Amino acid sequence: MPGQPDGRSRPRWNAVFWTGFILCGVVLGLAVPVLNRWVAPSSPFALPDYLVPLLGKYLCYAMLALSLDLIWGYAGILSLGQGAFFALGGYCMGMYLMRQIGTRGVYQNPVLPDFMVFLQYKQLPWFWWGFDHFAFAMAMVLLVPGLLAFVFGWLAFRSRVTGVYLSIITQAMTYALLLAFFRNDMGFGGNNGLTDFKDILGWDLHRPETRIGLYLASVAALGLTYLVCRLIAGSKLGRVLLALRNAESRVRFLGYSTVRAKLFVFTVAALLAGVAGALYVPQVGIINPSEFSPGNSIEVAIWVSVGGRGTLLGAILGAVLVNFAKTWLTGAAPEIWLFFLGGLFVLTTLAFPRGIIGLFRMPRWTRRAASVPLAAEKQA
Amino acid sequence: MPTAGSVAALPSPCPAPVLVRAHRYPSPPRQRGCTANGTALVLNSRFRGNDDRGTSGRVAAWCIPSLAVIALFFLALLGAASPGRADDFAAALGGLGADAFAQKVQAVEALGTIGDARAVPVLRALRDGLMAKAPDGHLLIVDTAGGKTRLIDPETGSEVAGLDPDALDRILVNNRLRGAIEAALGEVMLFSPNPGERMTAAQDALKHPSAETASLLQKAIAAEQDAEVRAAMQRALYAAQLFSGSEPQRLAAVRALGGGADPQIKNLLDQLRNDPNTDPELRHAAEQALAAIQQRLKLVAIAASLFEGISLGSILLLAAIGLAITFGVMGVINMAHGEMIMLGAYSAFVCQQLFRTFLPASWIDGYLIVAVPVGFVVAGALGIVIERTVIRFLYGRPLETLLATWGVSLILQQLVRSIFGAPNKEVSNPAWMTGGFDLVGGFTVTWSRLCIIAFCFVVLGVIALILNRTAFGLQMRAVTQNRAMAAVMGIRTARIDALTFGLGSGIAGMAGVALSQVGNVSPNLGTIYIVDSFLVVVFGGVGNLMGTLVGALSLGIVNKFLEPVAGAVLGKIVVLVAIILFVQRRPRGLFALKGRTAEAEG
Amino acid sequence: MISSASPRGAADVLLYLNGVTVSFDGFKALDDLSLVVEDGELRTIIGPNGAGKTTMMDVITGKTRPDSGEVFFRGNADLSRLDESEIANLGIGRKFQRPTVFENLTVFENLELALADDRGTWRTLFARLTGDRRERIAATLSRIGLAELGGLQAGALSHGQKQWLEIGMLLIHDRSLLLLDEPVAGMTDRETEATAALILDLARDRTIVVVEHDMAFVRSLGARVTVLHEGSVLAEGSIDHVQNNARVIEVYLGR
Repeated sequence: MPGQPDGRSRPRWNAVFWTGFILCGVVLGLAVPVLNRWVAPSSPFALPDYLVPLLGKYLCYAMLALSLDLIWGYAGILSLGQGAFFALGGYCMGMYLMRQIGTRGVYQNPVLPDFMVFLQYKQLPWFWWGFDHFAFAMAMVLLVPGLLAFVFGWLAFRSRVTGVYLSIITQAMTYALLLAFFRNDMGFGGNNGLTDFKDILGWDLHRPETRIGLYLASVAALGLTYLVCRLIAGSKLGRVLLALRNAESRVRFLGYSTVRAKLFVFTVAALLAGVAGALYVPQVGIINPSEFSPGNSIEVAIWVSVGGRGTLLGAILGAVLVNFAKTWLTGAAPEIWLFFLGGLFVLTTLAFPRGIIGLFRMPRWTRRAASVPLAAEKQA
Repeated sequence: MPTAGSVAALPSPCPAPVLVRAHRYPSPPRQRGCTANGTALVLNSRFRGNDDRGTSGRVAAWCIPSLAVIALFFLALLGAASPGRADDFAAALGGLGADAFAQKVQAVEALGTIGDARAVPVLRALRDGLMAKAPDGHLLIVDTAGGKTRLIDPETGSEVAGLDPDALDRILVNNRLRGAIEAALGEVMLFSPNPGERMTAAQDALKHPSAETASLLQKAIAAEQDAEVRAAMQRALYAAQLFSGSEPQRLAAVRALGGGADPQIKNLLDQLRNDPNTDPELRHAAEQALAAIQQRLKLVAIAASLFEGISLGSILLLAAIGLAITFGVMGVINMAHGEMIMLGAYSAFVCQQLFRTFLPASWIDGYLIVAVPVGFVVAGALGIVIERTVIRFLYGRPLETLLATWGVSLILQQLVRSIFGAPNKEVSNPAWMTGGFDLVGGFTVTWSRLCIIAFCFVVLGVIALILNRTAFGLQMRAVTQNRAMAAVMGIRTARIDALTFGLGSGIAGMAGVALSQVGNVSPNLGTIYIVDSFLVVVFGGVGNLMGTLVGALSLGIVNKFLEPVAGAVLGKIVVLVAIILFVQRRPRGLFALKGRTAEAEG
Repeated sequence: MISSASPRGAADVLLYLNGVTVSFDGFKALDDLSLVVEDGELRTIIGPNGAGKTTMMDVITGKTRPDSGEVFFRGNADLSRLDESEIANLGIGRKFQRPTVFENLTVFENLELALADDRGTWRTLFARLTGDRRERIAATLSRIGLAELGGLQAGALSHGQKQWLEIGMLLIHDRSLLLLDEPVAGMTDRETEATAALILDLARDRTIVVVEHDMAFVRSLGARVTVLHEGSVLAEGSIDHVQNNARVIEVYLGR
């Protein structure tokens, strides 16, 4: 669309944006604690306790969706393995929480978690050392998915693996991790995963105050994730990514290292997904290997598609809406859920490739980077 | 060891504890129908039998058996002197009527060594608690076949009338006796009229080499007509002679046994070699024989892995061909491919059910023949429908096609789950596909897998024929290599697309029919094979059969060779990682087709 | 070794090819090709199809490695050893036959990406569009005649406009050597004229090598012409000299 003479139609970091951003943050951040704690339980506005972690979970999913939108909507990398980074971050947090249980477990072993005692481990495996310290665990939340993404991405992008082939090997990656973590002798709890957490940083996980705290942390993390994604998308690097989605060799020809650009966003996306996973686990109370399942990662793609690929807000919207529908349908009419989800996949790709946001075409707030306009070409 | 009355839960690496089962102690006297089929609890691991009778009973029981033992001893002496086998038989039989278990054991052992075929029903009846004692001391077999209870005289085999079976005392057995019965049965089977039973007996004898077994075997070999059975008995004889024969016999036995590849013989030779009392020449011969056997066993193991690898590869091939074709011609990654396989499997199930319900029982095995085209048609038709309604509109957008077909797969899975239910469905192999045959060294080739391998190559051949010799195939190949040009030449690319997709899905359907014979039929069947199919396509290269063939077979074989080394799961992980690395070096696969494969980014 | 005597003065040699041979599976695309382009020169390369024009460009830009021969830039940079982005960063720019602008970005953004700048990933992330840069983009826009279309998606441009945009992208990166591969293919007559004017304008301050088929266009450029045939230089000189050369006529009109 013809824009201003200087051609800028990218996200602006102006007063209007910041006002909106802070307003959303305040509303999200205040509404839940207020409705949960200070409104009388009998009131129709009251927010029941069990809903707080559910909302927090939605926010974590929104972060996961943002991470995929960053690489898919901009760089065109359909990674069907974001769930793996999410789960890895979740496991790191889970390991920290397991260490916190200490003597309150069934076997009352101060060092070894229950499942290790059951499996007759004599001592903590080496990769569990350090996870009793929160700082270390948080560093691992970033390091583990980040490192995996870095190595995997470097191998893949350097060999110019693109398109569907890349998607398939990300699926293979998450599938391999699924198989590995399902093994009971890996030291990660096997098919039961890690669960029965007691507290985080001293706060009892079952108390409403802790839940609200985790929820607020999720809000903050989501906000931060959104800002990071917006920063990257709106920067020159973001435009490089858009360009390389279109004509990668040309970008290389211009002198940019496309491998480094892709590797950068891929790693950042993995970091964001890892953080999302880490916040997800204490709110859901369990992490098990089925989080690695290939289907989970594919579902993230549909959240992004429904909301609007390439529009960061769309990712958040899609994640929340689809998961809300999932919660509702699996409770009310579980047989329908898969039909609904499958239909969603088909419909959004066929009929609404630009998603919900695309329907409204909001050019100022969001960056629509979806498809190539088929313009009138030949005048010759 | 578990003690009386306890159920053991052994600590194990698996989260679920494992129960130890053992035989049930037979119920007190006068109870009928206790069988040897074990049910849960362990009682009493002591080997001595405990009667349920009181102390006084035990004292009284002590006198009579001892007298009977002495009498039996003399009888046995007499019996040994006379050549009459019938006498031996009758004598041994008599011993069974004694009260003391020790005597019964002896009698049973005697029955085993006599070599009389009549001992078989006696031993069996005894084991099953169907041996009764008449008031006059004669032992009778209680025959409950055909719903009627009859009494049979073991010596003549004829029915004895005039006695009430229920009023007779049953001969009791305990664990030790049971063990002896089994051993004796094994020995006696050497003389059974049924060659199959003799063969089994010869193979069993291999497991219990001893001097007694040796003499029995020699007797049996002399009477044996069947060459195969005689060879088996000869082997068992050698095994027995390893430890109990004279020096030259042992040497000869070692040399002879080196020619086989039986793991049991290997163990025996090992024992011989490790025994410090063995004569050096014998030990040397044993080592040589062992080396030869090891070599052969290794080859057999390789052959077994190869066969299993090819079998797995053929299944992967069937599953992946359709995918390779659709991806090659249309550049479409069809995530619903796994569900096509699943639908084929369910077609087989439905065919089976229809055959069972509507057709006479003798026709049941024919269901598989019908199921193959049915599976092809069902999956193929559905494939065409999907192509026309969904894929056609996503032309040139492979990533979107991936997502849309994933949605279709979810819908199909849930559909099948709603119609057929979530649990596995039972699909049984037709009779001509069950069983297998033994190749040397304990490696069994099952007919079902062999059939599937053959079927797979037939399908491959047919597809190659279609691709290379028919007009349709030519058009398909043209569209694969240069779609625009093909369209310009007048080829209706849309129709080719639909038919190709139908063909690919149809093949997947047939793969499903084949899979129903070797695996479970459940709504999740597709998800199991979809990742593997992709990897075959990614590895082997797209759009050509050679690539898929090589890719599938090599993946299958590599998987099977890794399994004994690393375990199934770890092996799979290794394969996955290897493929990920492989794709770095050759992003388009082994046999990359130069042509229009979808590389469009998003 | 300069293959044919040229009356030019002591100009520096910018591009030096000597005895370059490239074969693909037995087919010799370039056969002992020797060529010299001087600094600041405007050179036109013509030749029948299969003569090796595009392969020559590939060798210069590093897309193809020569099997033998020397390729030097400014006398000291061995182009047969460097990779594509390194050669691009040396100041050699190539415009392909089919315009490859970034269709999902605006005209302005296309130029922004091409702007000479630190190509490191971090730097690119935090790059700010200063007024100085904005001016350069605006200047280039007007030079290529797209001044009013800065905000338009590049995909919406006409074919000819896309070609100019691409030239503009080469311009803005301060390339000292421009290789233009059939710049007027598919253009209207008017666009062709405009392109000729543009190229002549650009040739004032940089070296340009143009590969073309359109003889009228070549004539309107009025530059030194090199004729390639079967991978080596057939003739070189002014357009008249070349068009009257017997061997050239033979090659173009057949035997």
